This record gives sequence, structure tokens and C-alpha cells, in this order.
Amino acid sequence: MKLLLNGEVIEAEAATLADLLEQVGFGGAKVATAVNGNFVAAAARAGHVLAQDDRIEVLAPMQGG
Amino acid sequence: MRDFYGTTLANGLMLGTAQYPSPAILADAFARSAASVATVSLRRESGRDRGGQDFWTLVQGLGVHILPNTAGCHSVKEAVTTAHMAREVFDTKWIKLEVIGEEDTLQPDVFGLVEAARILTEDGFQVFPYTTEDLVVADKLLQAGCEVLMPWGAPIGSGLGLNNIFGLRAMRAHFPDVPLVIDAGLGLPSQAAQAMEMGFDAVLLNTAVAKAGDPAAMAMAFAMAVSAGQLAHAADPMDPRDMATPSTPVLGKAFLE
Repeated sequence: MKLLLNGEVIEAEAATLADLLEQVGFGGAKVATAVNGNFVAAAARAGHVLAQDDRIEVLAPMQGG
Repeated sequence: MRDFYGTTLANGLMLGTAQYPSPAILADAFARSAASVATVSLRRESGRDRGGQDFWTLVQGLGVHILPNTAGCHSVKEAVTTAHMAREVFDTKWIKLEVIGEEDTLQPDVFGLVEAARILTEDGFQVFPYTTEDLVVADKLLQAGCEVLMPWGAPIGSGLGLNNIFGLRAMRAHFPDVPLVIDAGLGLPSQAAQAMEMGFDAVLLNTAVAKAGDPAAMAMAFAMAVSAGQLAHAADPMDPRDMATPSTPVLGKAFLE
């Protein structure tokens, strides 16, 4: 399945958003997620089924002003 | 000092966390200034280097209130979604709401700002809106549920200080009970002192400290200026006047012609 993760095209066989995060190295990380521009809460990731061409954003704490 | 959504801050210095030469210097700037609030953001994380995790550990160790921002957002939807993501990651209702409307000045899109503020307030956020000194916009933000306003001093990162003294003074006078924070544009501690002397409750700055030759020393200088300005305001400054008045008594002066 082709997905867009943080702007990069990837191939993944993850059924859910939670599966994807584990597969690409975010397991246990302090991150927030959005799919196709909509926020997906951490508690909802395991139930969020991914589809071909989904745009996934994984954001983490960063420096800011 | 007025409180910020029920939180009383130890002082009126809010400091950004971006652009420091190193994490150690960032931590030193916070330690030496005793800033009460740190602004932070959310950006894309790499599953390989996971740099955001180290930054999060650093920020937690600062022991200050965390104020996440929606910096770089140009639409209401973008800002609202970013705010939701920030609330989850940083575990705070506070959000520094930025909806940018113009690239050269990074001036807020005040129409989008009011709309986003209303949406977020209804969803339980405590919004710190980055706005202008426009009184009508300020009133709309209050109507939308904001209990704090953050007018700009000058464009972000410009270091120009308080660009519109008249407008800012009018804003302070117009909203005597609202906590007001000068956000952005400060370049020197004297400008922070000026804002506090005018009765503003806090200043929020980043570049002036992070880009100084010695950020930790500059952070400390800003802290001292904020403290001095706050004390001066509380001491009720004299009114300026156009003509001189002698401070030394005239009565009793010798006639020596």
C-alpha cells in the first residue's frame, strides 16, 4: 500500500495507524498524528484503518518561538 | 500581576526555545533568566533520529510552563488541527494561536484568528492569540472566549521594539482587566522594560535572546528589564510634560548677581 508519511512516499503493509507507527520506528515516541489533514488522537490510532494514498503526519515536540 | 487562565506566573518573561546555538545554551538561558514560560512547536519527526524526543526531555527539565504554538499555520483548519496535536503531545490546554496572513511581515490573519480562537475555546482550549493592537479585533477575540491577548510589538524576528506606542497604550487602557502580552518584535531589554512600564503583563520573545552573541547573558538582561519595568509600573510613573520644572527648590536661593 502506498502512503505519504511526512511528505515522503512509502510502501507499507500496516492495517492501522498504530501498526504503521510501530513499523517505521515511532513506537513509544512522544508524537501526535494526523491523517489526511485530520487529527487522530493517540487512543484512536489502533482503530484507525489506513487506506491507499493516505497522507500521514507524525509530529513531535520541536523548538518554537 | 493579572493571571493567565487562573495561573499566576512568577514573572513576566516568556521565552522561545528556537534558534539557540545549542541545547545547553538554551537551558542556560532559561536558568539564568528564570523565565516562567517556554514556547514550543510541533514539527515532522523522523522515525530514525527521533530528535523531537530529546528536545522534549530538555524542555521538561526546564521546569517552566509550556506554551505550544501554531507557528507557520496559514489557515484556520491548519491552526486548529495543530492545536489539537499540541494539546495531546504537551498535555496542556494552553495554545499560542498564530494564523499567519502575510509573508513579509508575518502579520496575523486576524479574521482567521478570531474564527480559530472561537473554535478552540469552545473545545476547551485556553487560547493565547498572537494579534495586532487593533481594538476591534481584540474585542472580537475576547467575545470568542480568549482571556489573554498577545499584541505584536513589531514583526516577528525584526527586533524593532514597540512599533506603535499609541496603539499599544490605547489597548492597555481599553482592556484594563485583560492580561496583555507583548509578543514578537522585541530586540532589546529596554524595549521589554518599556512594555512593562506601560502596564503590559508579560513579554514573549525568542530571537533577541537566541541570536545574541551571549544568549544566556541576554536572557538575564531581559529578565532584569522585565522586573524593572514591572516595578516601575507598580510605582506609578510621573506624567511627562512639555516644559521644564525645577526639581531643586527655588525658594531660599541666594541672590548672587
